[in-house]
Amino acid sequence: MGQITLEKVTKKFGDVEVIPPLDLTIQDGEFTVFVGPSGCGKSTLLRLIAGLEDMTTGTISIDGQDATDTPPAKRGLAMVFQSYALYPHMSVRKNIAFPMRMAGIDIAEQNRRIEQAAAALNLTDYLDRRPGQLSGGQRQRVAIGRAIVREPEAFLFDEPLSNLDAALRVGMRLEISELHKRLATTMIYVTHDQVEAMTMADKIVVLRAGHIEQVGTPLELYHTPRNSFVAGFIGSPKMNLITGPEAEKCDAHTIGIRPEHIDVVDGEGLWTGKVGVAEHLGSDTFFHVQDTGLAETITVRAPGEVNYRHGDTITLNPRPDQVHRFDAQGLRIA
Amino acid sequence: MSRSVTKQRKVINTIAAWGIGLLIFFPILWTILTSFKTEATAIADPPVFLFFDWTLENYSVVMERSDYARFLWNSIFIAGGSTILGIIIAVPAAWSMAFVPSRRTKDILLWMLSTKMLPAVGVLYPIYLLFIKMGLLDSRLGLTIVIMLINLPIIVWMLYTYFREIPGEILEAARMDGATLRSEIIYVLTPMAVPGIASTLLLNFILAWNEAFWTLNLTAAKAAPLTAFIASYSSPEGLFYAKLSAASTMAIAPILILGWFSQKQLVRGLTFGAVK
Repeated sequence: MGQITLEKVTKKFGDVEVIPPLDLTIQDGEFTVFVGPSGCGKSTLLRLIAGLEDMTTGTISIDGQDATDTPPAKRGLAMVFQSYALYPHMSVRKNIAFPMRMAGIDIAEQNRRIEQAAAALNLTDYLDRRPGQLSGGQRQRVAIGRAIVREPEAFLFDEPLSNLDAALRVGMRLEISELHKRLATTMIYVTHDQVEAMTMADKIVVLRAGHIEQVGTPLELYHTPRNSFVAGFIGSPKMNLITGPEAEKCDAHTIGIRPEHIDVVDGEGLWTGKVGVAEHLGSDTFFHVQDTGLAETITVRAPGEVNYRHGDTITLNPRPDQVHRFDAQGLRIA
Repeated sequence: MSRSVTKQRKVINTIAAWGIGLLIFFPILWTILTSFKTEATAIADPPVFLFFDWTLENYSVVMERSDYARFLWNSIFIAGGSTILGIIIAVPAAWSMAFVPSRRTKDILLWMLSTKMLPAVGVLYPIYLLFIKMGLLDSRLGLTIVIMLINLPIIVWMLYTYFREIPGEILEAARMDGATLRSEIIYVLTPMAVPGIASTLLLNFILAWNEAFWTLNLTAAKAAPLTAFIASYSSPEGLFYAKLSAASTMAIAPILILGWFSQKQLVRGLTFGAVK
């Protein structure tokens, strides 16, 4: 059981308020992702939950118990760090055993859990090696193994994949998602990568400057972003945000249209412009279109191979039912 | 062209390094050589370097006249005891300064070091009085405590520097893994800092071994270590250079051998943080 509730939590470093009053509930078994640009306070929030930082005010409860003043060791949470934070002087086996040793679990049970975790994480052949003799991906798996064997109330992941190369990152992303399906334990995952957030989360918490901008499922955030910040942050490539006369035609300060919701047409279209950069990926083609009469460069995502090159004239048609409208404060207009 | 210049430079550098090394080592070499001379050869003018009648007589006289083993044991007790005691106190101190620094940590570190700038004789009187009151004069325990306190700032500084090199996330991981502060220090921090702690131990053992001011002032017969043993041969009844040299050689031999075998650790200890 790992429901985590934050009530009126604030954090100040000296006079700087990093987290203004914040309320959040993470349901038991949920995979929650904190996402936001660097410096938005997502890691600080995770460290507050872990107990590695003290809150300035507010309360936190884990599984209904007030844990505000509980030291990290007693919160029943396991954490995976960005730098892996393995104990370099211990073998993989001893690294994984460490939390169980601290908890006083008997050796036979320790060994059983180590074998089980090692098998699940493909580490069986590496148990006697030191962390220094492993690759980045293997080290991250050891860190995850060390977290699993504790059988914690919840897992905390602090940007665990950002030190891995792109290919490995995709693989580990899947592994962590599968782990969540298998264990059904609460997981809180911090990342600045919205693709990780979209692919892994049951619930995404978008943060900016310590404020929660929106909480919702990945598709809720994609289809109905609460404001222009969330609209621009979720989705890749970024949503086109257009201001000026084009927006005023729609009775809005800003309109947003995702690159995949703009069609490239042969005949009549709303906007005609010149292709700046064309990115041919095979599966998709991205165009950055200029000189459409709009102030902004328009990004378009066309499925498959579309043969326009740099400098070609291109005609675009946004799908009217996919246009998002925002007011002067950036808030969504229903 | 540039290659030959480098080669020339190398030769000059090597010669210079050897020259400086020999210059620094010369007093020790001269002491060792003198210990094998007769008293007459020892004060001969011009001095004799290598070609004299080598004799072990000074050593046998020194062994006969004084109880070398007792001095040696006192040195080991005091140097070893003060170093171990110092480490036990300094590890938690350096831990808190490195990992939970406060606004005043830097000031405290500097203040601690500033006590080393005070001439020792400045606090001799109060410490002497304290020793009389507490019955610690001429006791190994008293000397161990004083020498530990004298070297403590250096031990804390050295450990602080080593601990700063250990990533804080690893200690946080230990905390998340359920380690208490004690387990965190014993199972995670200390093993990771072993090379640093080892060189701190060595350097402080050497410093304590060579400490003369306090040992001479606070001991008489019972607790006197090897530094007092050397001093006892520079007596007012006349200087016997050869015997004094023999005593000195016997006093420095153990630490010289220890230093020789652990020079890698020592160099690492002294340059840690500077080159990484």
